[in-house]
Amino acid sequence: MGMTVAEKILAAKSGVDRVLPGDIVQASIDVALTHEGLGPMFFPEFERFGRPIWDKDKVVITIDHFVPAADIKQAINSKLTVEFVKRHDIKQFYPYNGPSHQMIAEHGLARPGEILVGTDSHTCTAGAFGTFATGIGSTEMVAVFLEGKLWFKVPQSIKFVVTGELRFGVMAKDVVLEMLRMIGSDGANYKAIEYTGSAIENLSVDGRMVLSNMAIELGAKVGIVPPDDKTIQYVKARNDKPFTVYTADPDAVYEAIYEIDATRLEPMVAVPHNPANGVPISGIADDVRIDQAFIGSCTGGRLEDLRAAARVLKGRVAHSDVRLLVIPASREVYRKAMDEGLIEIFFNAGAIIEYPNCGPCCGLHQGILAPDEVCVTASNRNFPGRMGSPQARLYLASPATVAASAVEGRIADPRKYL
Amino acid sequence: MDKIRGRVWKFGKNVDTDVIIPGRYCNSIDYDELAKHCMEDIDPDFVRKMSSGDIIVADTNFGCGSSREVAPLAIKHAKVAAVVATSFARIFYRNSINVAVPIFESEDAWAGTDEGDELEIDPSTGEIRNVTKGRSFNSAPFPEFVQQIMSSGGLVGYAEARLAAQQ
Repeated sequence: MGMTVAEKILAAKSGVDRVLPGDIVQASIDVALTHEGLGPMFFPEFERFGRPIWDKDKVVITIDHFVPAADIKQAINSKLTVEFVKRHDIKQFYPYNGPSHQMIAEHGLARPGEILVGTDSHTCTAGAFGTFATGIGSTEMVAVFLEGKLWFKVPQSIKFVVTGELRFGVMAKDVVLEMLRMIGSDGANYKAIEYTGSAIENLSVDGRMVLSNMAIELGAKVGIVPPDDKTIQYVKARNDKPFTVYTADPDAVYEAIYEIDATRLEPMVAVPHNPANGVPISGIADDVRIDQAFIGSCTGGRLEDLRAAARVLKGRVAHSDVRLLVIPASREVYRKAMDEGLIEIFFNAGAIIEYPNCGPCCGLHQGILAPDEVCVTASNRNFPGRMGSPQARLYLASPATVAASAVEGRIADPRKYL
Repeated sequence: MDKIRGRVWKFGKNVDTDVIIPGRYCNSIDYDELAKHCMEDIDPDFVRKMSSGDIIVADTNFGCGSSREVAPLAIKHAKVAAVVATSFARIFYRNSINVAVPIFESEDAWAGTDEGDELEIDPSTGEIRNVTKGRSFNSAPFPEFVQQIMSSGGLVGYAEARLAAQQ
């Protein structure tokens, strides 16, 4: 019986030949990520032990949630983070560079065959590079900082096979909203996902990151795209540390295999208040008025996302009732978007363009909603209160759909603008 | 671990960590302050209505979403004695053990319990007894090492005890 990608990585990192679902293993951690949002609560817990970090060159720290700080408490969190970095001489400190998950990819720290843990549920984004990447709690990170190891129960694997070709105007976000609609927001709870099939192979690195990013919305431990030439080229261009590529054995065992024909997908919208409430855009009433449209976050702020939004917005202006927010996912994305003229398109469309940060996606600042306001967002969660008032209503969609909705002042199909 | 006995507050499916403790409060690491907002976005009066030692009973996928460990901590510091759910989201499950919030996964407790019922839970056997209705439900008891984490007050206390024992 063969092994899946997740099983091969866990076996290699725990020093055994093979593992089976349900086994509990102690695995070595290759990269440990934290940030000012959820780091400062465990820094004192770690320092109470009076021991050094097990390998400080495997620790990556950033400041991405409170950028720049909106209140004194946020400012204190950032200050505590900077002080911790200095005290422990952490070299891989990459603050003020957008959501950590984009920063990790751009620094070549999401590498095939490695284990990456982070105190952030969207750490699973790195699965797009064949990394066993998962979010952990702050207290667990104390154990990682001390010993460089963490216990895992080997998850059952499931597989999505996405065949065919995405049609014009349909993006990776629409694919993942369809996956959520199919199996629900706990459809992959505790499990490892593999994303395969011709439509996945044809996705860019940006698009694959959207799928892996929202693996957590399916409940998954990891969401892995098996590495191919695109992955290898991307990582090698950014980091010269060697890595091992694992692919699934032909006789690997999957608890379930789900097939999606990409050709039949249309743009999807997840209606309030769960990411699994996906509806094809043709099924959305034509009078869902919106107050805010958000293009950004670790899900929807990459270059490909901004290009799609800009194609819709070029020569157009956001509806007068709509606040249009645009946040590039990193400084690199921001720079390229400027060079390509995308930022100018957003500016001319009346957008509020913000510096890369997590901001409004998790209701921290820079785009908080009032009661009864409606927002269509390219981010990842539409739970009550996620972006401000619990009485606000959030719709998840692709960046193209968000842009088209901004133009019309109501949720709108992007295909007529592309 | 001692038996847990308390009154039930009932919730549905997919109770996410954003409603357990909204992001707007997550700039604080003052746990008593966080506790004041526990469950606020699903029931704004929860903290005022409940009493110390009460039990949350929920359906599937409790604690989905953000990895914020302040979610189980808010529950703990609001003095909720235990959470019983049909299933838990995985990060919340691990976090709860690591900060010593007693959690119990039971297939039928949710359906067989109404708000206001009194439950008695035996952590060593996993038995959940609905005292009001005179029925019992099963849950998997914690393995030995998880019980030790719980009785050490969480993973950090457990690690400290282990390291002290080595020296």
